[in-house]
Amino acid sequence: MSKLLTSPLRAFAALAVLGLALLPLVLPTYYVSVATQILIFSVLAMSVDVLAGFTGRTPLCHGAIFGTSTYVVLYTASVYGLPLPAAMLLGVIAATLLASVFGLLAVRTSGVYFLLLTLALGLIVWGVCLRWTEVTGGENGERGQLRAALGMSPRQLYSGVAVVVALVTFVMWRFVRSPFGLTMRGIRDGESRMASLGYNVSLHLTIAFTASGFFAGIAGALYAVFNDFVSPSTVQLSQSVSGLLMAIVGGIGTLFGAFVGSFLIIALEQAVSKVTERWLMVLGLTFIAIMIFAPEGVIGKARLLMAGRAEPKTKA
Amino acid sequence: MLEVSELHSFYGEAHVLQGVSLKVAPGEIVALLGRNGMGKTTTIRSIMNLRQPVVRQGDITFRGERLNDLPPHAIARKKIALVPQGRRLFASLTVMEHLTMLKPASAKHGWTVERVLDTFPRLAERGQHRGNQLSGGERQMLAVGRALMIDPELILMDEPSEGLAPVMVRHLETVIASLRKEGLGILLVEQNLYSALALADRIYLIETGRIVHHGTAVELQADPGSLQRYLGVH
Repeated sequence: MSKLLTSPLRAFAALAVLGLALLPLVLPTYYVSVATQILIFSVLAMSVDVLAGFTGRTPLCHGAIFGTSTYVVLYTASVYGLPLPAAMLLGVIAATLLASVFGLLAVRTSGVYFLLLTLALGLIVWGVCLRWTEVTGGENGERGQLRAALGMSPRQLYSGVAVVVALVTFVMWRFVRSPFGLTMRGIRDGESRMASLGYNVSLHLTIAFTASGFFAGIAGALYAVFNDFVSPSTVQLSQSVSGLLMAIVGGIGTLFGAFVGSFLIIALEQAVSKVTERWLMVLGLTFIAIMIFAPEGVIGKARLLMAGRAEPKTKA
Repeated sequence: MLEVSELHSFYGEAHVLQGVSLKVAPGEIVALLGRNGMGKTTTIRSIMNLRQPVVRQGDITFRGERLNDLPPHAIARKKIALVPQGRRLFASLTVMEHLTMLKPASAKHGWTVERVLDTFPRLAERGQHRGNQLSGGERQMLAVGRALMIDPELILMDEPSEGLAPVMVRHLETVIASLRKEGLGILLVEQNLYSALALADRIYLIETGRIVHHGTAVELQADPGSLQRYLGVH
């Protein structure tokens, strides 16, 4: 406990977890649903951060991977009547396989070429979802009865999602702190140095891409249960951009910043859209302000400020 | 051990190495000396197959096995380590992370974290500092320590004494000499003639991508003409 109190960030994290656990008891139902959405998108943003923040490869296809999982869950549960856990498992497997294929194609590129290639791969998925109407329902999308079958209230669903998100967050945290996570950071800092130390950089990047897709797939499977509906807009470019923006706003390479980014973006969307029709413009201006005043993201900036305060103490 | 023969390397259309040949035996320190821009680093990058440059002609063999077509990570797995010019550490990793990334702290065989820290005690004090928070000397120690963690049989060192204080250069020379005693082959690329003369068994002089002189350190010391012509030393 004393260790917890000595680290403001850890204390803040503990308070945040406590707050998240108590939220459904104090919020109206609508806001509980918004909070559920924030948690799910935090996982998507963290999956983007695993790749962008820890290997230095910024993807623009995670919305497509996320949405593929959502499609597979809703389709297999609705059409084949699979039980929800089996459908969710299939959704995550599909997303992971898709990510491994994307990874194989994309990891030999970097910088703007990686960005464009992943963007193109995501657009292919969007095109398939739009045109393969027999399976995806085209623009009409696919509607499920997952929540009705579960018989969960929004508060119960929130609690269930929160538990899964907590577990997935822990797994991701362990993943980026593992020896493999170190190699990911090494690749970000210097690919040729890693190669000259005996690391197969392409293989490591493919594994990182696949793992990142696996986490995005979990988010997509949760979203299927939460939303009970999927359409091409779930896999479109804006979804990938949202995930990336959440990671950037929270702080690239911080992992937990994804929660802050997801909260800020979704809460702002909800709040500002009630006040003005030009809410997208307000959001855009907010992002510009964050990029100018805190390019390292909210958590990144907080860490820098705390490190700045700690510096004189260390010297003394 | 390492045999480079008639190596021709190019940066785009620039023909940088024009038939470089050299050999390194186990337990031998071989220095490749030359002025800036003569092809020293290009030789090392060609051996590791790091692009650029592109090797268009010539053979590189290690223990009789051809390296030319292998990717850099496969070459490193043959137990060939590189200490790059300018140290090139991982800016965001701590000293301990640099070392444990390559081998767990609990490892008992070959070069271990403990052994590297015994060799460079200063690194133990800096364990939680990041690569970009170290002094030049500490960076060089870590670059050598990191290379040792792959248990190399051959080390390619690109200007290890560059920018270091004399006391640090001497410490590094002691470490390099002790590695020779353990049977490691070392290819030392240097501009620092005195460091090379103090350490090397044999020396190659390189000038505009060609080996122009080859002999023992003693022979080179006795040849002021070559020293003046190729290194500008009087």
